[in-house]
Amino acid sequence: MGARPRRPLRQSRWAGVVIAAVSTSVVLTLLAVVITGSEGWPRVQEAFFNGDKFAETWPDIAQAFLKNLQIFAVAELFILVFALLVAVMRGVRSPVLFPLKLFAIVYVDLFRGIPSIVIIYMFGFGIPALGIDGVPDDPWFWGVVTLVIVWTAYVSEVYRAGIESVHPSQDAAARSLGLSGFQALRFVVLPQAVRRVIPPLMNDAIGLTKDTALVSFLGPIEAFRRSQMKVSADFNFTPYLVAAVLFLLITIPLTRLTDWLVARERKRTQANAR
Amino acid sequence: MTDLSLPPDVARRPIAHTELGGEALRIEALYKSFGELQVLKGIDLEVAEHEVVALIGASGSGKSTLLRCINLIEPVDAGRIRVSGEEITAHNVSVDKVRRRIGIVYQSFNLFPHMTVLANVTLAPRKVLKLSRGEAEARANALLTRFGLADKRHEHPDRLSGGQQQRVAIVRALAMQPDLLLLDEVTSALDPVLVSEVLDVVRELAIAGMTMIIATHEMGFARDIANRVCFLHQGRILEQGTPAEMFGGPREPETAAFLERVIRAGRL
Repeated sequence: MGARPRRPLRQSRWAGVVIAAVSTSVVLTLLAVVITGSEGWPRVQEAFFNGDKFAETWPDIAQAFLKNLQIFAVAELFILVFALLVAVMRGVRSPVLFPLKLFAIVYVDLFRGIPSIVIIYMFGFGIPALGIDGVPDDPWFWGVVTLVIVWTAYVSEVYRAGIESVHPSQDAAARSLGLSGFQALRFVVLPQAVRRVIPPLMNDAIGLTKDTALVSFLGPIEAFRRSQMKVSADFNFTPYLVAAVLFLLITIPLTRLTDWLVARERKRTQANAR
Repeated sequence: MTDLSLPPDVARRPIAHTELGGEALRIEALYKSFGELQVLKGIDLEVAEHEVVALIGASGSGKSTLLRCINLIEPVDAGRIRVSGEEITAHNVSVDKVRRRIGIVYQSFNLFPHMTVLANVTLAPRKVLKLSRGEAEARANALLTRFGLADKRHEHPDRLSGGQQQRVAIVRALAMQPDLLLLDEVTSALDPVLVSEVLDVVRELAIAGMTMIIATHEMGFARDIANRVCFLHQGRILEQGTPAEMFGGPREPETAAFLERVIRAGRL
């Protein structure tokens, strides 16, 4: 816990801001000149950056994007819980519980290793095709299930890294106070582990927002599918840009929120961040 | 030889011990190996209630391992440990229940960094002893006040000095009201100027009659505070006796050689 300098001197900070601003504008200007000056630019602009098209297709796609948000919210909730369970199962040391550990290992190997699109098809078309009574055949349902299954595998590895980063002496200290193994995990190890992995968890959350578009492969119409339909009407690609902007409107604030949360936590618990 | 390890006001101040009571701990033929390495090779040790036993010996002699075995944090290979007559190494014993009665404080404090001082101290009383928050906090506040930490109770451990952190760790163990307290080189990770504040706490506990086993490199402290000093050498208790016997004229050449090395290093 040595004191690290968090901030260079005020003077050099202002100098830094100025230099950064100048160099950024030079690079951006050069880039703009090269791109807009190129031979094919008018056609690219017409196809991808058509302002009228953008305004015209925005409401429909934004409407469909609400579906993406819904899928994301529901899936993320389950993922955060299931992934923690899988990570804890993976970490068990008792021989009696070895089957749980084995399950966790196989699960993660399998669902992290197969492309999501394959699993989407297998679950979304395969399971309803079995025709078992009581099994839903709603593509929305199977789309969400697939995302939960795939991302649980990824996120459990994030949690596991967090759990393993907590020094064993923390567990020992808790156990030597008389806490049970579960209590030590619940009150001492997991709270520290989860705090440490908030940035990578957020990273995966952003990955998930984009993967919500995969659900469209089963038929449902969300933002990506809606823009695809608009594109195929007249082969202008601007609707894709609309979808891209919508995704960015969610993912960029999420990233900034994470940074803020992490900084606040550090400030609260560490002396050198005062 | 000047004493470099202890400030003058701490050193050379033997304490008045509480009269010893019945058997608090009995260890019989304790063995422990890590893989090929045999660390404890048949330890026999008895500790009476209110007794303060200092474990001395070179690094690697088995002091820490012995303490960790008594707390059952390390499973023992062979041998028996009894606490107040009850065998804790028996198979049907709940280790969690044993650990409630035996406190241990580690060299590296091992406070929970995500919790305030108060939460560190009240966690085990609340979750293990099932005290209410109010009861646990009253108990914690009394201890924190007694050891001069009351104003730190809402701080996180990273904001405290090493000496303060170690005192909190001792308070955390005391909050469980253990029958026996194990101290594993509690000052070894501290800045020399912070050593005395921690030793003062231990001294106060000794005067109050807390039964303790203290692994330490602070020989001056061991001499002042212990009823008995045990010299561990290569996994065995080679020699034991009162501080006067051990530091005055040890029988075994290994003990004498160890103490001489310590004196040359300026720690006695």
